[in-house]
Amino acid sequence: MKVTVKYFGAIAEQAGLHEEAIELSEIGTDLGDLKTHCIQKYQLDDDALQIAINQQIGTVSTLNDGDEIAFLPPFAGG
Amino acid sequence: MTPTDKRYRRQIQLPEVGIQGQEKLRSAKVLIVGMGGLGCPAAQYLTAAGVGTLGLMDHDRVDETNLHRQILYGNSDVGMWKVEAAKKALNRLNPETHFICYKEGLSLDNAVDSIKQYDLVIDGTDNFQTKYLINDACIKTGKPWVYASIYKYEGQLSVFNYQNGPSYRCLFPKAPRKDISCEATGVIGVLPGVLGTYQATEALKVILGIGNALSGKLKIIHTLTMQEQLISFNRNDLIIQETKDNPLKLEALKCELRDSENTYLDVRESHEQPKPSNSTINIPLSELMERYAEVPKEPNVHVFCQSGIRSKKAIAFLKDHGYENLINVEGGIETLLK
Repeated sequence: MKVTVKYFGAIAEQAGLHEEAIELSEIGTDLGDLKTHCIQKYQLDDDALQIAINQQIGTVSTLNDGDEIAFLPPFAGG
Repeated sequence: MTPTDKRYRRQIQLPEVGIQGQEKLRSAKVLIVGMGGLGCPAAQYLTAAGVGTLGLMDHDRVDETNLHRQILYGNSDVGMWKVEAAKKALNRLNPETHFICYKEGLSLDNAVDSIKQYDLVIDGTDNFQTKYLINDACIKTGKPWVYASIYKYEGQLSVFNYQNGPSYRCLFPKAPRKDISCEATGVIGVLPGVLGTYQATEALKVILGIGNALSGKLKIIHTLTMQEQLISFNRNDLIIQETKDNPLKLEALKCELRDSENTYLDVRESHEQPKPSNSTINIPLSELMERYAEVPKEPNVHVFCQSGIRSKKAIAFLKDHGYENLINVEGGIETLLK
């Protein structure tokens, strides 16, 4: 089972990429576990980080094959 | 149609706008908080569209480093108050719009009183603290606001508190611990132009009541890849009720110092952010002369400020008063954070 993870803003710089496919066989289907996995893998700054599954925030926490996960930090600049 | 409406003819001829829409624009009052990269283009398009009253709020003066992206200003405006330079340029664009200038930032003292005089707020700010303040004051006054923020080549856009829609706190409940400003990271000049123009677009839609305002949705634009995302999120009634019930407060940008066993002396003024959650001795440099006895003579004390300059001055002063246990934090608080 695979999901696509997209990184935005400073998070993309920390990860060194904008997008990647992640195999869930060892991580499992819990969104929180995937978040922890990615944060540890790239030492991401998880301060105020929001996460969307399939372009929706906060409704689902179980992952399915083909899901698109977005790591969304807030921006401050103006 | 009055003779002056000739200038609006190309938008009046749109069936969704019409003469009625133009009247709505003429009677609309919009407050723009922050007249920088986002606020300038938003103000230009709203002025040109015939918005009747524009409030322009900014505590800053035009700096030469603003000019590559804040293209309402020119060389001769450097050093002028942004709101005055903006009013001058916007007046030339459309003398029918009435401008109200505020040479101050949005604060706990003026937020509710200023926002309640307007129909809508445009967020042109560059820091989280003011974004949360706009949000909370808009919730208290029942006003919608158009949010945008930028990072290098990337921008975010949304409309908050519109027709019982979600707020900024519903999207980002937890305030980040530090700001990442354009001054610190750099920014491509066209980016705030794109986002500020989108903000004006959303403001026009809200005023005219046409189309679908970007409420409950976060639009993300990446100018290098031209990829866009539209993320949906829901209203959190609990968060909004809490904001309504509690007095307005400034969101303190929290952070933690890495080496928590050290003794720290913070010589910044009390309003300066971020505030570490660790226990620190807080004596602003301006009060050090009266209060230096509060600094222990052992163990070692790490002295910090925002950038490392004031802490150096503090150490020089303390050394003259017999202190030998001081270590200057070069580069300021940012270098100490976890």
